[in-house]
Amino acid sequence: MNSATQNLASKLKTSLGRRSFLKAGAAAGGGLMINFSWGVVPTDAGDAAAGMIPDQPFELNAYLLIASSGEITAMVPNPEFGQNLMTSMPMILAEELDADWKSITAKQANYDARAYERQFTGGSQSIRRAWQSLRMAGASARHMLIQAAAQQWQVPAGEIAAKNSTLTHAKSDKQSSYGAMAAAASQMPTPAEVNLKDKNSFKLIGKSRHNQEGQKIVTGQPLFGIDYQAEGMKIAMIEHPPAFGKTIESANLDEIKKMSGIVDAFIFESMKPDYQKNYFDTNAFPRLIAIVGDKTWQVMKAKKALKAQWKDLSSRTETMNAFGREVSVTIPGGLENTTDHGKKMDQALAGKLDTLREDGDVKSAFDSAETVIERTYRAPYLAHNTLEPMNFFAQITGDGVHVAGPLQAPVFIQDTLASRLGIVKDKIHIEFTRMGGGFGRRAYSHYLVEAAVIAKQVKAPVKLIYSREDDMTMGIYRPSYTVRIKAALDKDNKLVAYHVSGVGLAEHCVHENRFPAGAVDNYLAEGKAIDSNITIGAFRAPRSNFMASAEQSFLDELAEAAGEDPIDFRLALLERAKNNPVGDNNDYDPARYAGVLKLVREKSDWDAMPNTTHKGVAAYFCHNSYAAQVITVKRREGEPKVDKVYSALDCGIVVNKDSAINMVEGAVIDGIGNALFGEMTFTNGVPDKKNFDRYRLIRMNEMPNSIDVHFVDNSIDPTGLGEPPFPPVFPALANALYQAQGERLYQQPYFKPKKPS
Amino acid sequence: MPTYTVTINEQKRNIEADADTPLLWVLRDELQLVGTKFGCGIAQCGACTVHVNGSAIRSCSFPISAIGESKVTTIEGLSENGDHPVQQAWLEYDVAQCGYCQAGQIMSAAALLAQNANPDDAAITSAMSGNICRCGTYGRIKSAIKTAAKS
Repeated sequence: MNSATQNLASKLKTSLGRRSFLKAGAAAGGGLMINFSWGVVPTDAGDAAAGMIPDQPFELNAYLLIASSGEITAMVPNPEFGQNLMTSMPMILAEELDADWKSITAKQANYDARAYERQFTGGSQSIRRAWQSLRMAGASARHMLIQAAAQQWQVPAGEIAAKNSTLTHAKSDKQSSYGAMAAAASQMPTPAEVNLKDKNSFKLIGKSRHNQEGQKIVTGQPLFGIDYQAEGMKIAMIEHPPAFGKTIESANLDEIKKMSGIVDAFIFESMKPDYQKNYFDTNAFPRLIAIVGDKTWQVMKAKKALKAQWKDLSSRTETMNAFGREVSVTIPGGLENTTDHGKKMDQALAGKLDTLREDGDVKSAFDSAETVIERTYRAPYLAHNTLEPMNFFAQITGDGVHVAGPLQAPVFIQDTLASRLGIVKDKIHIEFTRMGGGFGRRAYSHYLVEAAVIAKQVKAPVKLIYSREDDMTMGIYRPSYTVRIKAALDKDNKLVAYHVSGVGLAEHCVHENRFPAGAVDNYLAEGKAIDSNITIGAFRAPRSNFMASAEQSFLDELAEAAGEDPIDFRLALLERAKNNPVGDNNDYDPARYAGVLKLVREKSDWDAMPNTTHKGVAAYFCHNSYAAQVITVKRREGEPKVDKVYSALDCGIVVNKDSAINMVEGAVIDGIGNALFGEMTFTNGVPDKKNFDRYRLIRMNEMPNSIDVHFVDNSIDPTGLGEPPFPPVFPALANALYQAQGERLYQQPYFKPKKPS
Repeated sequence: MPTYTVTINEQKRNIEADADTPLLWVLRDELQLVGTKFGCGIAQCGACTVHVNGSAIRSCSFPISAIGESKVTTIEGLSENGDHPVQQAWLEYDVAQCGYCQAGQIMSAAALLAQNANPDDAAITSAMSGNICRCGTYGRIKSAIKTAAKS
């Protein structure tokens, strides 16, 4: 259970040292262990920032540099992909520093494991995991400024106020800007303890501040990996086999090399055959054709002229290092089809599954039940479709390599690249660019290794760019799932048994300790993964993004069978889980869960909506946060159209309010789009959709008429926000569409194109 | 390789490129105007939207050989100081999430307002439905266009 951290002000112990960087390590229990580490000052961050500001900035720690002019550079350790860390992380630093917001400039840090902790963007964890480090960095810099002023003015530090980038000693009428004191402050010892602010006194956190990168975005400045330029840089593209289950045999490379503007064309391996993959090394096509040239268009033309021969792969077993645990993965040979996938999942569901959790006596409960309902829900594969296609820049530098581009998980790919190039990790310099979307796709950055291998081969700096077709057909999809749920009601329409079974390619999506576990006496959760050669990966709220659909659509049907309001039905279950939980390993807080349902009920005026309004509700817990969605649907020219959406979130303290609202609005639109249209299918291993002409994404004409976002107001340390609002959108829509169309929806995508007559 | 003289952001530029080179790659590779983005290459997503003689076009599917005397405006040339009413409205509403599609969105919106100073919801939706925003900022885009129309 997620214990709410309600302590308002805190004092954190540190150890002594002259200059600092901060480290916050993950404690064994998954919580956050805070300590300062003192050691080598990271050079990269300081050097990089030095070039950005006219006068020499003074480094107070790895997160904060203050120039004599008063300009403050706030280093943002985690990669930005649209969640607006470039504003919210500086807000946290500025809050504890008591800095004038106008003097803050955000700068994306490079990858530097010595200076920063967990430079990973994913799992809705960036703010949650950096919260204490950022606060401490701000507070310790503030402390050092005060100490410097105390020394200079010969007054007690305790009498000095720091506010709005100004230090004041009232008694002696002395005043200094942060800028004027920065040089002296940078020479102060870092504090042994820092006081963090009382959360009730936050001035910046919880307010709205404009995006630090806004001006650059609206004027088209080069921010993205695909915009990267370097002297002598070549453009590279790759060609991968057209089908999963195939590999490259040969190609007309000599012809390609003769084409205008082409520098080289060759077959290469992005992984050595004996390489043991890590969890994020997912890659169906480690053997590729590279085409390198001077200009993108020339390379694209050469790619079209490529004629390659492919051969089928046979079944194989790989061992994978999954966070230190060696696991065996079977990759079947053969060319897979979507129709067969459905049959395979049905067969698996009919057979023996792995028991994940069992409470009570499920069999007896079903045998003696008054009403039994069983439903099966199906989800297709989804492609991430980040609007910026995969790309990366690479330049071999003596015994090392400089790489720059969009990635979510630098920590994992560094080992992969070191192994492939045969160099030491320390010689790999990773520069983060702003990502044109991520959604989980860029946690799997094999394209970075491909760029580096190509750069090494052609002995020139290279920017690798995927075409949209490459991007959409190279795998790492949201898995295809099937979930069967069976439940029993007693004669009083009380839920007495719940049996959830999940299968999927190549993972299932059952979280056995989530709601309604803990709320039902007789509960059974089972799951089984089915081997496939189609690669899968994390996609915004992995597993939750479909389990929410199955569970919350099912609960809607159960509530209807019980003759109860769907919100009342859920609240009664949560009340049970709160007062008298079944089992002791339930991973959600029933009170906070109920909290978002109550908030969305109030804000949507759920109880007062006219009977003619087609409305649906759903709530879900994932990534440490709680989300509820109410959706209403209207009929327009016979077709249902999403009218209004009401979102209620409990993600603890919200850092940048308007930016958080933007993210929830985006999650709602993303959810509606994927629920209605998202689908990837396969014919003989070939992805049937290769570009946006056939892969339908939501557009402006399909967006809801309004999205009304509300947050539960509390002082719990921030949890996650990028993912939690997304999963419940799908079932809220399904439940509303049922009201509008009179037909329950069991298979995504929900939109069925009209057959031509 | 043929040469072309093109007027881009009110400047005449001489470039050498294959006749079938899309304007997008002339902008990005030859002129280092990388604000115009590559998204799909088949005129489906709108990330590459620029103005040709004031109309919004998808530069990924517009060959340089067709440019003739046309005047091209990219996001870099939409305003001198980044203060076109559409850009200002985008900042006011903090439209962007990842920001990758926004140059194309802004160019589509600016072309719309140049032709229709007071577009209603239907006109906005019709003009903007060729531009995909994967992050789902459509609501803010719509609000920003309405605000820009008033200024």
